[in-house]
Amino acid sequence: MDVKAVVSRAEPLRQHLIDPEICIRCNTCEETCPSKAVSHDSRNYVVDATLCNYCNDCISPCPTGAIDNWRMVDKARPYTLTEQLAWDSLPPETPVDAGPTAELPAHIAEITAVASEGQGGTVLAPWSAAHPYVNLYTMQKPAVATVSGNYQLTAEDASCDIRHIVLDFGGVPMPVLEGQTIGIVPPGVGSEGRPHPVRLYSVASPRDGERPHYNNVSLTVKRVTEDHEGRPVRGIASNYLCDLNKGDRVNVVGPYGGTFLMPNHPGSSLFMVCTGTGSAPMRAMTERRRRRIALKEGGELMLFFGARCEAELPYFGPLMKLPKDFIDINFAFSRVPGKVKQYVQDRIRERSADVVRLLNDQNCYVYICGLKGMEQGVDEAFRVACREQGEDWGTLLPALRAQGRYHVETY
Amino acid sequence: MNIDYAEKIPNNVDLASNKTLQRALEHWQPEFLQWWDDMGPEGTSRTEIYLRTAVSVDPKGWAHFDYVRMPEYRWGIFLAPGEAERKVNFGAHKGEPAWQEVPGEYRSNLRRLIVTQGDTEPASVEQQRHLGLTCPSLYDLRNLFQVNVEEGRHLWAMVYLLQAYFGRDGREEAEALLERRSGDPDNPRILGAFNEPTPDWLSFFMFTYFTDRDGKYQLCSLAESGFDPLARTCRFMLTEEAHHMFVGESGISRVIQRTCEVMTTHKIDDPAKIRSLGAIDLPTIQRYLNFHFSVTMDLFGADVSSNAATFYSTGLKGRFDETKIEDDHLLTTASYPVLEVRDGILASVQAPALNALNEKLRDDYIRDAASGVERWNKVIEKAGVAFRLRVPHKAFHRRIGPLAAANIDPEGNVVSTEQWTANVERWLPSDTDRAFVASLMGRVVERGKFANWIAPPARGINNQAADFEYVRFN
Repeated sequence: MDVKAVVSRAEPLRQHLIDPEICIRCNTCEETCPSKAVSHDSRNYVVDATLCNYCNDCISPCPTGAIDNWRMVDKARPYTLTEQLAWDSLPPETPVDAGPTAELPAHIAEITAVASEGQGGTVLAPWSAAHPYVNLYTMQKPAVATVSGNYQLTAEDASCDIRHIVLDFGGVPMPVLEGQTIGIVPPGVGSEGRPHPVRLYSVASPRDGERPHYNNVSLTVKRVTEDHEGRPVRGIASNYLCDLNKGDRVNVVGPYGGTFLMPNHPGSSLFMVCTGTGSAPMRAMTERRRRRIALKEGGELMLFFGARCEAELPYFGPLMKLPKDFIDINFAFSRVPGKVKQYVQDRIRERSADVVRLLNDQNCYVYICGLKGMEQGVDEAFRVACREQGEDWGTLLPALRAQGRYHVETY
Repeated sequence: MNIDYAEKIPNNVDLASNKTLQRALEHWQPEFLQWWDDMGPEGTSRTEIYLRTAVSVDPKGWAHFDYVRMPEYRWGIFLAPGEAERKVNFGAHKGEPAWQEVPGEYRSNLRRLIVTQGDTEPASVEQQRHLGLTCPSLYDLRNLFQVNVEEGRHLWAMVYLLQAYFGRDGREEAEALLERRSGDPDNPRILGAFNEPTPDWLSFFMFTYFTDRDGKYQLCSLAESGFDPLARTCRFMLTEEAHHMFVGESGISRVIQRTCEVMTTHKIDDPAKIRSLGAIDLPTIQRYLNFHFSVTMDLFGADVSSNAATFYSTGLKGRFDETKIEDDHLLTTASYPVLEVRDGILASVQAPALNALNEKLRDDYIRDAASGVERWNKVIEKAGVAFRLRVPHKAFHRRIGPLAAANIDPEGNVVSTEQWTANVERWLPSDTDRAFVASLMGRVVERGKFANWIAPPARGINNQAADFEYVRFN
């Protein structure tokens, strides 16, 4: 999956705050601040997020360290002065602050914020998700992987080229969970002389490696030859990756992502909707479950998978070999000559009884990954399916989000 | 605004260009070092301390942390950056350009203000000189030394003003600042609170919380002065003063936290049992608080004072946050309430605001001090202990001004001498209290270890860990 580079919409903000439990109200910060961002009442000293320009002039004069506190928040909804003035202590860090995105480089945080917009803001990871490692490797200190395989997944005559690329990390630790992404740093510089931006790819392999117990990771990469409007364009990172040969070395940053993670408790079910290379995280999760079939942990897998035709559907062959009682697969092809165009949302509506049963199951977790355009259609399909089954999607969706059961990553 | 450390006396006031002043200060410097050797922290000549030193007076440069051997600390002269076209902001000269030289007619009053402020700085070093021998941790020991070296630097700040602007008189006053001694009956420090002993760390924390906060309010008022060098000196001192109040506020907070831990772990609230487990019971903390609060109340001076009126109307000493107050800044017609004992009770009477400026500053201080006590109460509340600390009435236990003649309890009731005598041990620390607190004062200098009567800090200095080696003994 290729998440396109920065589009600035739902930006995360690193908000500067003062810890009222440690602060001694000495006024040094207010005196020092050149932007007049710090103010106080008889109770607390507070920082105005709209005025603070991160000059950090206030940090070293503060005798207590109370000034040196930060929270990741939605830029559109920072803590207001009224909220801060009422605090006895700092609010707990939300899961997203405490873990993954808190330490992310700003440009990565922006990409992931845009990609997960469809889920309606930050959601929690499933309660039984494994703890993710994030941001272990940076642009300054990337991990170097060696290409150990590059296989074409699409047929020779298909109109697109999708590849399964295996990267071996050798002795370099790269702990990565199904649903997480890693960043690829294409070599060289762009026309303006600046390094190419990082591209993020969801891993297609489960946590124990593409080859079990090997420190390797697979990616599903589509060679980009046109943009969203169909105009010819040569994707820098995707072409770089698709052209790699066995033995080539690749700079990798990450891993990233702390919420689009699979549940681990026995009896948990996965409801997966994807198109094209959005199948990468679904393939990783399905493969994780397939390797554990013998444990008979229970739970269902239901997959809605859209592509133009069979030949362009990555992993079509392996998927077809999976037992029917292991995974309930629903394909939708939109470009098969002589047949009516089918989209994933059509199949969801057809299966409304099972879909709504799973949406209502507390142990079922929903994952949606693919092109941004699919979000609206899937949302509408859920609404129709719910209505048919006498349920209200408008009520169900917030509950799913609150329970960490609804995860969207689109690009 | 970098500080020149290549100079014998580090400074950002271009000392090299004024040879007379430079010589005068270089003459005073060895006398200061001798005083530090005699009266500064005991037994520290070989100690290296993780100290904060200013390398410039702008925000980026004045908190530089590194190990410094105590006697090699570079005391210097630092003024906050000047404000272009600053004016006198209050009193009869309001609106005139701020003075860069001492106006002849105000010379003696200004000198008196500077000497009184300057005298408190070495006094507190003297009061605290034995505390290092009973420190509860390396962290606390480092904080004590930081406070001490900065008090020493504040003395330098005042001595600079005296020597630079007051000629021979100033030089003599600078000598006298090194000659008076805290608690010496023959040659005491000027203000009463600075002659009280600081025998233990509970007293030290109370002192830095309550008494150093008086320093903050005095410095804030002087930072409003029409005499610009004094204003700039005090502005920079205030940034350092904040650390001293932090030591006090967090110190008491940690003592309270430890006491509450002992109380909740053992499910006890009997002070005797708490003491037997080596923690300081909350009523004892309240009595120490009453003592230090009331002694500090006296530092603000008489409730109605013609000196205060003169200092204000001549533009020498303003009010706290003078430029943020919206009034005429002349106070010729305003009034302000002060307390007096009338018919056996405390009564509020209106006094001319100009004469009541000490009382106004005292009230500003009380609001600030009381809000910190409420933060200590939050620690108690959080632990689920039913007890509240409170600041006593401002008329309690006064020794200066008309209220000194009456006996007033912590609630503000006028009581008879018999009632006072019968209850004084409930209100103020008794000899038994002081002996108990003294019995806890053992020296803890093992990295990361804290005495039993105090909790570790929530955050180390300069983001270092609690078990950082804040002090190295060589």
